[in-house]
Amino acid sequence: MKRLLIAAACAAGLSVSASAQEPVKIGFISTFSGPSGGLGQELLDGFKLGLKNLGNKLGGRPVELIQGDDQAKPDVGRQVAEKMIERDHVDIITGINFSNVLLALAKPVLDSGTFIVNVNAGPSQYAGKQCSPLFFSASFQNDTAPEAMGIYMQDKGIKRVYLMAPNYPAGKDFLAGFKRYFKGEIVDEVYTAFGQLDYAAEIAQLRDKRPDAVFFFYPGGMGINFVKQYAQAGLKKEIPLYGPSFSLDQTVLPAMGDAAVGAFASTFWTEGFDNAQSKKFAKDFEAEYGRIPSPNAAQAYDGAFIIDAALKATGSKLQDKAAFRKALENVKFDSVRGNFKFNTNHYPIQDFYLAEIEKDAQGRPIMVKRSLIVRDHADSYAKDCKMPAS
Amino acid sequence: MSFALIVEQLLNGIQFGVMLFLMAAGLTLVFGIMNMINLAHGSLYMAGAFIAAALIPWTGSFVLAVLIAVPLTGLLGAVLEVGLLRRFYARTHLDQVLVTFGLILVLNEVTRLIWGPVPVPMPLPAFLGGSVELFEGVHYPTFRLAILIVGAIVAVGLYVVVVHTRAGMWVRAGASNRPMASALGVDVQFVFSLVFAIGAALAGLAGIMAGPVFAVQIGMGEPILILAFVVTTIGGIGSIRGAFLAALLIGVVDTFGRVLLPPALGSMVIFILMAAILALRPQGLFPVQN
Repeated sequence: MKRLLIAAACAAGLSVSASAQEPVKIGFISTFSGPSGGLGQELLDGFKLGLKNLGNKLGGRPVELIQGDDQAKPDVGRQVAEKMIERDHVDIITGINFSNVLLALAKPVLDSGTFIVNVNAGPSQYAGKQCSPLFFSASFQNDTAPEAMGIYMQDKGIKRVYLMAPNYPAGKDFLAGFKRYFKGEIVDEVYTAFGQLDYAAEIAQLRDKRPDAVFFFYPGGMGINFVKQYAQAGLKKEIPLYGPSFSLDQTVLPAMGDAAVGAFASTFWTEGFDNAQSKKFAKDFEAEYGRIPSPNAAQAYDGAFIIDAALKATGSKLQDKAAFRKALENVKFDSVRGNFKFNTNHYPIQDFYLAEIEKDAQGRPIMVKRSLIVRDHADSYAKDCKMPAS
Repeated sequence: MSFALIVEQLLNGIQFGVMLFLMAAGLTLVFGIMNMINLAHGSLYMAGAFIAAALIPWTGSFVLAVLIAVPLTGLLGAVLEVGLLRRFYARTHLDQVLVTFGLILVLNEVTRLIWGPVPVPMPLPAFLGGSVELFEGVHYPTFRLAILIVGAIVAVGLYVVVVHTRAGMWVRAGASNRPMASALGVDVQFVFSLVFAIGAALAGLAGIMAGPVFAVQIGMGEPILILAFVVTTIGGIGSIRGAFLAALLIGVVDTFGRVLLPPALGSMVIFILMAAILALRPQGLFPVQN
């Protein structure tokens, strides 16, 4: 009997130590191929650097990072997520960069009881009515950066603004976010085809209307096309460009070059943020990858620290989902953003700044912080969220 | 719309058309003469832009970079033709589509391996970077005028070579009756390789001219490839003259469609135009007689 007890105790002891050493399985689903492939890489690089600076451990446990390519297609993203849940038994899914991909895969993931702690896309659906105890956004809610620019341009007293965006859901959301706070005259609101190459016709129309400023949202290659052509048309000096950071960050700025200098961005982080965590991140990122990080990489870096801090608070355990959820809700960690906390809908409350595009000492275009636009900015959907108790 | 704005939009349309023509010229030559559907034409366009973007800082001169990058892209095309694609001339169009689609994927990933995931810069030299005042109230970017001029030179040059020279005669002979042309002493194999290389060089030139205006990024060739196919089919497959006029038509219709029609309709208008033209003239506007 005594021997049996000892054996049982040993077995129990073994299983405890095994679970402490068992890796945390993170499913990182993002776009790694095709024209948007650079964005997934940027997020992954930021997240991996976060892991590295945490000693390749999350909450003291080793990490198994499983990577999946959604090819920017919602159905592919959903298949990858289902495979990660059923075959790899991942604990947390993150990485998703497109809102439409996230919307397609979130339901099966959350239904299976798996956490999503996402590091980019922040669709309004999960911020409002569909908010979920297992869903966290470590990045932003999509509307908040354009809202911040709306606040800034309203405060600055800019009268006549011309709006441009691609004709797809996020384009409309971004302009809607801007109009929620900007109450001046909207000279025109132009939606162009998604993936459009040439903007000469739209730029000629714009010049003809003589607005005081242009607010635009063009992600990726579309933004590069638009900003270059805008500068070549000689309009940069006459009518200033304003946009959310996604249209003017380090995933596109090197390709825009001089054309972007002088444009304004609203952002929750810039390369030159002077808190210790941000300085270390920016320095390590450039040393590791040979380029300046974008806010995308910064929020992914934060994502790793958020998961780490929440795991530490639960004694490195994920099995008790209510406890891990609570730990995430009250997470305390060193954010590169300085000021960060989760709202009741599990989306961030954070500060937004105005940045201007300038050249650094080496002649590379960067976002330079100008002024604080709004402190503790929360999204406007949180009031629709009745977060379930468990 | 004021008169000056109409003129400017017309110029924009013609210039976009010329850009499309540079892309479609090589496509229509290869498609029309060798009966080869080359989806990887867009990858050669991308290669031209990336090679030139790499050469600009290295040579310190935009013009010099263009002069080196165009033949290099042609050489890349020749290597692809000799090493892989010439085996597919006699195969079905489906086989050609499959192999060249595979090439798109391979070339995209090779580009990512060499240049990384972030789009690369392609700055303009000062003398092309500004804008000129064409007449009272109409400013036009200098580089877009340069695209117009280069496109016009290429159009005239190609037309003269294909229709009025001995080399052009070999090409046309090889296309219309390969065994007979061979029997008369034309090295058809060599002529086809040459046509493919020229087509590739033209795609490279289109990519280089597009580089300062559009994003130089992985997969940049695919959206413009679709438009180039529209131009090729409307113009009549294999016809340089058809490709030129169809490209101008598409450029102007697309520009005014985007400005005057609601966004959903504006982005469809060229495809509606293509459907209408093909319904009335299935061979395109200027079919090649053979």
